[in-house]
Amino acid sequence: MSATALSATATAQADAIIVVDHVTLRFGGVTSLLDVSLVQGRHEILSVIGPNGAGKTSLFNCVTGVYVPQVGSITFRPENAHPVAVVGRKPHRVNRLGIARTFQSSRLFNALTAFENVKVGVESRFHTGPLGAMLHVPRARHEERRGNDRTRELLEFVGLRDRADEVASGLPYGDRRRLEIARALGTSPELLLLDEPAAGANPAEKAELSSLIERVRSEIGITVLLIEHDMGVVMSLADRIVVLNFGEVIAEGTPSQVQRDPAVVEAYLGTVDENGHEPPAGGSDHRVVAPTPPEASAQSGDDRPSSEER
Amino acid sequence: MSAGLQPHAGSAARLWRNTDARRLFGCVVGALVVAVITGPSGSASSPTSGVTGSLFRPRVLVFVALGLALWAVMTFRRRFGEVIRRTNDRVVTAPRQLLANRWNRYVVYLAVFAFAIWYPTILSGYWQEVLVDQVGVFVLLALGLNVVVGYAGLLDLGYIAFYAIGAYSAAYWTGALPIHPPMHLNPFWAIPFAVLAAMLAGVVLGAPTLRLRGDYLAIVTLGFGEIIQIVATNLTGVTGGSQGVIGIPHFSFHAGALKYVWHVKALPYYYLLLVFVVIALAAFRSLERSRIGRCWAAIREDEVAAEASGINVLKYKVMAFSIGASTSGFAGILTASKIGFIEPGDFTVQLSILILVLVVFGGMGSLLGAAMGAAVLQWLPQFLRVHPLFGFQPQDLFIYLGALLVVMMIFRPAGIVPSRRRRSEIGLAEHGVGTADAMSAAGGPVA
Repeated sequence: MSATALSATATAQADAIIVVDHVTLRFGGVTSLLDVSLVQGRHEILSVIGPNGAGKTSLFNCVTGVYVPQVGSITFRPENAHPVAVVGRKPHRVNRLGIARTFQSSRLFNALTAFENVKVGVESRFHTGPLGAMLHVPRARHEERRGNDRTRELLEFVGLRDRADEVASGLPYGDRRRLEIARALGTSPELLLLDEPAAGANPAEKAELSSLIERVRSEIGITVLLIEHDMGVVMSLADRIVVLNFGEVIAEGTPSQVQRDPAVVEAYLGTVDENGHEPPAGGSDHRVVAPTPPEASAQSGDDRPSSEER
Repeated sequence: MSAGLQPHAGSAARLWRNTDARRLFGCVVGALVVAVITGPSGSASSPTSGVTGSLFRPRVLVFVALGLALWAVMTFRRRFGEVIRRTNDRVVTAPRQLLANRWNRYVVYLAVFAFAIWYPTILSGYWQEVLVDQVGVFVLLALGLNVVVGYAGLLDLGYIAFYAIGAYSAAYWTGALPIHPPMHLNPFWAIPFAVLAAMLAGVVLGAPTLRLRGDYLAIVTLGFGEIIQIVATNLTGVTGGSQGVIGIPHFSFHAGALKYVWHVKALPYYYLLLVFVVIALAAFRSLERSRIGRCWAAIREDEVAAEASGINVLKYKVMAFSIGASTSGFAGILTASKIGFIEPGDFTVQLSILILVLVVFGGMGSLLGAAMGAAVLQWLPQFLRVHPLFGFQPQDLFIYLGALLVVMMIFRPAGIVPSRRRRSEIGLAEHGVGTADAMSAAGGPVA
């Protein structure tokens, strides 16, 4: 797909929430993202898939302000009277704009309770300063109450009300995932980025997470951008899929379109190339859905060596 | 008994494989070494007297007994784990539950406050001095550092620099320095200026350096502490140089008919300190339980996640840093005004580390812990100086403090009065889920 065609889609999409326009990200000699463009409509669940190291998390990091791409722009709410450029803003500023995220391996505040975890997210929007907090001024008390109410609502929404007072590290895996989503929702985002929410979850937890993500859209009206390896989850949730490979967009379309795309099949399953490299075992089935994608079994979902902890 | 005394090599090796025996050997040897280190020193005429004077005197028995006691604790800890836990419950948990009731808490606070007011009046002048110079000031310093290290998790090794800035600001505004201020103030009215100066220094140092994490920050603050001390020593025209500054007046308060002068006596300073310690306790407690305190905890736990949750990490770090700095600055003014004399040698790195030890010993992140750690560790050496048990010599203080800290880290890593959050953090780290892991999980994500 040509970039111009994509830009055309961008303008055509009447109600886009985010437009990633020709983004290129390099770490020294390694190109993590090359000329990546995508458009997400409001209330659309868009899923980014791709083999290990394809640049999915790098893309997330660009959209949330953690990385600054060398080329390209990212525009939030392009149809708004005041569209905002994301590139160059600090992560907490991007979060204030209304873009919240979760992490690939959940990063909760482990020593805090589930309640406090969510409340930290909720309170990041409040204004009580140190003096106000020391003196218990009316605003501090008011915000405290409002924060507690909102936190309880969110815990209820993700189904963790009963575990509010448990320390986050003690929660089982699925609950940690949901708690992280609740914390992100606490910052009142318009766009929620989920980085492999179902990775490592068991089937029951996956089903729960899928329905939670669906409810995030239908009940709160938040747009979800999703990185996910579990094809079951992706196929059931995503309205549209963007496939990355080696930092480039190789396909885009509805789940069924993407499944049939030869480039996608090749990226996931490989072909017998001139060097005689065999496709991975189980590659005889020519649908993306069937075998678990290679990286789903690998523990590391990291992008590139250079993108390790900054 | 110990492996070294066994004549037969085979049985010695067998004994050496026994952990308890090996540990016993280590404890006894350690005790003897400590006995020699802390004992009399030799001289040119009898170079071995340092060793013989230490080992062939009854006091060596005290050290051996202590070594054996340490061995017993280490060996039987597991067997008596249940007893220890129950004692712990009785000592820590039960009072906690008692204090959960709001009225009980008020009664206890009031009783402690009344005791703090009454008790110094029955002390001798010497102990009143100790109470101000050694205990009170350090309680305040520890409370301030607790905000930086305990709440926000920033390792600050140059904390004493702000104490120096407070003290020198007081000297400046009262006209004791070689350079003169626009107007001479009484130290009492210099308090806001000096606190502000320390706070500003905190912001100026913090804003660029708090982007650093962990070890880097520790090194930068260590350097800052050194810089302040060296500047104070060498900038003779401004600070009076290594001679120090004399003639800083005592506090006095004139407002209309009200007139009060703090003189040489320690007690009035004690009450002034008490007021500020109570204010600091109340303010920091509110802070910890507020939005600000939760932001600090979040930053301490996982900076990347905190940032992604919309927290301006740098702002909250600088905030913690400058709150700590202003507390330290206030302690500086009080000392300067009470003693009337300051010199660069008062503000050594060792003092920064001592305050850190007080906080770690008491319990990082716990107000009561930091205050108690400071009170106990500052009072004990003074007590031992007057009543030298076991041949205690004041210059050996840091040997004992170091040993105490090592033992604490083994048996009670969260401090004598642990904070709830810190305790669960350390518990997590021991099970491999802690902050360290969250920051660098194997194959984990980039954030």
